[in-house]
Amino acid sequence: MARRAVATKAKTQTNSPQFNKEQELSAYHDMLLVRRFEEKAGQMYGMGLIGGFCHLYIGQEAVVTGVTMASKKGEDAQITGYRDHGHMLVMGLEPRGVMAELTGRAGGLSGGKGGSMHMFSLEHRFYGGNGIVGAQVSLGTGLAFASKYKGDGSVSIAYFGDGAANQGQVYESFNMAKLWNLPVVYVIENNKYAMGTSVERSSATTDFSQRGQSFDIPGEQVDGMDVRLVHDAAERAIEHARSGKGPYILEMLTYRYRGHSMSDPAKYRSKDEVTKYRQERDPIEQVKARILSEKHATEDELKEIETKIRAIVTEAADFATNDPEPDASELWTDITISA
Amino acid sequence: MPNILMPALSPTMEEGKLSKWLVKEGDTVSPGDVLAEIETDKATMEVESVDSGVVNQLLVAEGTDNVKVNTPIAIVLGEGEKAEDIEVAKTVPEPAEAPVVAAENGVDPAAEKTAAAPKFEPASDPDLPADVEMVEMTVRQALNEAMAEELRRDKDVFIIGEEVAEYQGAYKITQNLLQEFGPERVVDTPITEHGFAGLAVGAAFAGLKPIVEFMTWNFAMQAIDQIINSAAKQLYMSGGQVTAPIVFRGPNGVASRVGAQHSQDYSAWYSHVPGLTVIAPYSAADAKGLLKAAIRSPNPVIFLENEVLYGSTGEVPKVDDFVLPIGKARIARAGADVTIVSFSMGMRYATQATEKLVAAGVDVELIDLRTLRPLDMDTVIASVKKTGRLVTVEEGWPQGGIGAEISAQVNEQAFDYLDAPVIRVTGKDVPMPYAANLEKLALPHVDDVIAAVNAVTYRS
Repeated sequence: MARRAVATKAKTQTNSPQFNKEQELSAYHDMLLVRRFEEKAGQMYGMGLIGGFCHLYIGQEAVVTGVTMASKKGEDAQITGYRDHGHMLVMGLEPRGVMAELTGRAGGLSGGKGGSMHMFSLEHRFYGGNGIVGAQVSLGTGLAFASKYKGDGSVSIAYFGDGAANQGQVYESFNMAKLWNLPVVYVIENNKYAMGTSVERSSATTDFSQRGQSFDIPGEQVDGMDVRLVHDAAERAIEHARSGKGPYILEMLTYRYRGHSMSDPAKYRSKDEVTKYRQERDPIEQVKARILSEKHATEDELKEIETKIRAIVTEAADFATNDPEPDASELWTDITISA
Repeated sequence: MPNILMPALSPTMEEGKLSKWLVKEGDTVSPGDVLAEIETDKATMEVESVDSGVVNQLLVAEGTDNVKVNTPIAIVLGEGEKAEDIEVAKTVPEPAEAPVVAAENGVDPAAEKTAAAPKFEPASDPDLPADVEMVEMTVRQALNEAMAEELRRDKDVFIIGEEVAEYQGAYKITQNLLQEFGPERVVDTPITEHGFAGLAVGAAFAGLKPIVEFMTWNFAMQAIDQIINSAAKQLYMSGGQVTAPIVFRGPNGVASRVGAQHSQDYSAWYSHVPGLTVIAPYSAADAKGLLKAAIRSPNPVIFLENEVLYGSTGEVPKVDDFVLPIGKARIARAGADVTIVSFSMGMRYATQATEKLVAAGVDVELIDLRTLRPLDMDTVIASVKKTGRLVTVEEGWPQGGIGAEISAQVNEQAFDYLDAPVIRVTGKDVPMPYAANLEKLALPHVDDVIAAVNAVTYRS
């Protein structure tokens, strides 16, 4: 019952799922927003405006974009690990709030108290932003438990990486999710490296889509650089979960262009490998090429979108630079709720 | 944004090597294009262009070492910009840009001194009707009643854990709950503490109010990451947005003849963590009233029961809704000569010692903390100011223990009132042995409490 669609084959499929004009432009917009935002975040980190850890999503934009397009906004819950900026932007959280959290300012989504890895939005049903590798898998399974308990029809989407996929609690969660047929979609963002350790050096089996096999959880391997394929698979997975059939695993074959975090030795992979992905597989360039060839938009119209996005990012950066730090009294708030 | 600055790879980086330029003057660049490579002794990074434009000038030659962070390294002109309009900073800007900006926005470092921890003000125990009927029951029954009542009261409350449903609870605390509330609300889990603790925390994020039963707290070490990193810190990390109303409960402390891995006290561990509420009741009435309060709390609560006490009986008031205040110690016996502070199983030793001491003419004030976080130091300090002498009693290890914390706070807040050093009676600083004689030696005893009271009152 487990489906498999090897990424390299998916690329050459002639009947690959198509996007209409609106979908192509929407995907282009969202992915470009993440790309430009993350470039700016990287720059601001370099200027000392962002501290600590900063994990950029550049290269992986198609994953969260395609999955979110297939989800019900505001109803389905999403949760991820520490590489979370892209998820928030695509889910519709305010870019200035995200950027101001990165700079640790009062106007940040967590009031400056969370940082890059800890942002949330109950309104958008985004549950973080979790800094402990693998923790979001159990938490995301719990979101699905709550959905089933309440009978509200929502699905929980839990993203994690190829590194987290080797954590023990992932399999504890898989077991309970299938045992109770919880409405959860596990999205494994396989970007080939857990920090600097390649999948081949860390995983006894490298086809993560099959990691649910012993729990009878179906899985698919998806070309995570093609937003159409991501969207198509996510629709299938989310429908499966929503219809009461239980969990579903999507392994997204993707790639991060930048280091694990800003401080990355870049000694564990070749420059050629990075360049090759950037030049041949870039998720944004793929959409852009299709938009132009299908005449969904002209170069000028795309440039207009880019200009608008640049304005949003610049505004976010300006806000995040000039917004004050949290008041000193905030040190002592939000520790517990007074009954 | 014409000036490209030397970036920092980490907050601690001050300078690095500009190892290579990937563009030359006159090149047109777009956002995302790699301009240069920089490196330090531990990392390398590509400097990407954030804007589009034309590379007007490279200011630092490739191969240059020790380029200070934030030094302009190139000028890129955007559309309509001219080189002569650009003023290149000749001096290196201060790297600590963020704090400077913050200070300009009015954050006064001196203000941080005025921001103090808010003081927790616990409520008092509820007044009971004078003719209230008292019902004798075991701690086990009291806990069971508390859960049943709260499950009846709020449909978002459910219980999850190993053997809580069909087996009726490994220690029978959940007896008959499955029959009344059904398998959707009394959920048996596989033996996967890490996973089901995380699952329950996630369910709490989504608005449910889970009661997580750990068969014993020893097994919760598998789950401690989810308890602390996910539940305890969530409210703070989210700036007050996401709550985790959840109770983690089960037997804690020293059991009998089960060896080192199944016999230890986690009171001090959890009481260390801001964001958690930690409750460790002794009496049946406190067990019931505080567990009901814990289930209603909007915060994550660690509820530490004690296996040895499950079968002990006490009087519980028969009122419709018996809820006790969290964070309020109980003065079990008022006295003037010496203060004994304890909680949970320690209260058994302390109570028995108090009986003997009172018989011998020592007017003991005995305080049952009941809640370990927030700790009701007001009650302890007031007592010490009266008696001038303090003994703490717990089963846990001495270093960093509850007694150590109380001793430190008394030292800070009531030093001048002390007539003798504070003495801690604790479990011995060893893993719990199995052999009956050694196990007995490892535990605190009534005689240890009496000896400590004699020492602080200078009696022989």
